[in-house]
Amino acid sequence: MMQRLECLRAVYDRLEGCLVVTIMGAVACELQSLGHKPNFFYLQHAMGLGSSTGLGLALCMPQQKVVVFDGDGSILMNLGGYTTLARYRPRNLVHVVFDNESLLSVGGFPTATSTGSDLEGVARASGIACTKTVKTMEDFTHAFDDALGTNDLTSIVAKVEAVGPKGYVTELSLLENRFQFKRYIEKSTTETRRHGEEKK
Amino acid sequence: MPVSLNNSEVVYQALKKCGIGLVSALPETWLVHLLRMAEDDPQMILVRLAKEEEGVGISAGAHFAGVKSAMLMQNHGFLASINGIVSFAQLYRIPLLMLISYRGHFGERDPWQTQGGGATEPLLRALGIPYSFLDDPAKVEKRIAEAQTWAYASLHPVALLLTRELMWEEPA
Repeated sequence: MMQRLECLRAVYDRLEGCLVVTIMGAVACELQSLGHKPNFFYLQHAMGLGSSTGLGLALCMPQQKVVVFDGDGSILMNLGGYTTLARYRPRNLVHVVFDNESLLSVGGFPTATSTGSDLEGVARASGIACTKTVKTMEDFTHAFDDALGTNDLTSIVAKVEAVGPKGYVTELSLLENRFQFKRYIEKSTTETRRHGEEKK
Repeated sequence: MPVSLNNSEVVYQALKKCGIGLVSALPETWLVHLLRMAEDDPQMILVRLAKEEEGVGISAGAHFAGVKSAMLMQNHGFLASINGIVSFAQLYRIPLLMLISYRGHFGERDPWQTQGGGATEPLLRALGIPYSFLDDPAKVEKRIAEAQTWAYASLHPVALLLTRELMWEEPA
């Protein structure tokens, strides 16, 4: 079965130039283990709001690609968020749910996806046009590349094994991450603007 | 409908003057005109929510993107947003400007609003969220501007309670 860490590793290079929002727990920890970048923001609580944060970013910066790495436990707390994503259909947003059918970080309690709830089905029925469920590394990488390349909101459900790191606290402080992320955006928008002026 | 169109306009213009570029909202009776104004304004990004807590994430995203935002919600929407307010806005020091319609207070006829009315201010105090009232149209602009100034200075959520006096024109 596919592992989340391997999925992140496979697409890590593609994240350059994207704004990346992750949820708490294993996703945040594993992405940091591959190398933290100033364009990564880890929402280390507020379960369910990763996708909403991505939506706010994507709507305010329509020229900027935004990637959200979500999880089944988190998105199950904000299924209504799928309907809001679908309603505004930000074409620059890629939404990935790592579905390990488990609340892993609190001891591995099974979520409702373990008993048949289908998150891609929820996404599609909410009105998201581009959805996909993937179970192999090859399919995941293709789906992610397609999503980045296409000009439409995409929701990918990646079925992964319920394994994660030993601990979840990392060296990076929450506020340091938050201020660095905002500064990165400020700097990149200023540079884009300057570049645009030069072109004129 | 006895929701004050004039005072809704005063509130909306005050938000515009503060440079608000994104409004998240969940419809509620007192907010109908404000929502329509946001919808008709090509300069405003309006995000209609399924649940108010989403607005915390959307406002945080907007803040990171350098866009000033406001959340429009009923006090029951505030109650529904508390985890997001605490574990995102307060934890990560996001300046949230929340405009909350203060239902269930004196003059309220809808029985279902009354319990939430009683809980609103005690909860704002418990969370350490400074709040003020929008009750006089002459003071709306200044009060919204001052609340926003404080939110950005402190990087913390702030609440303005839209009162019956301001929003409702029907005699009690």
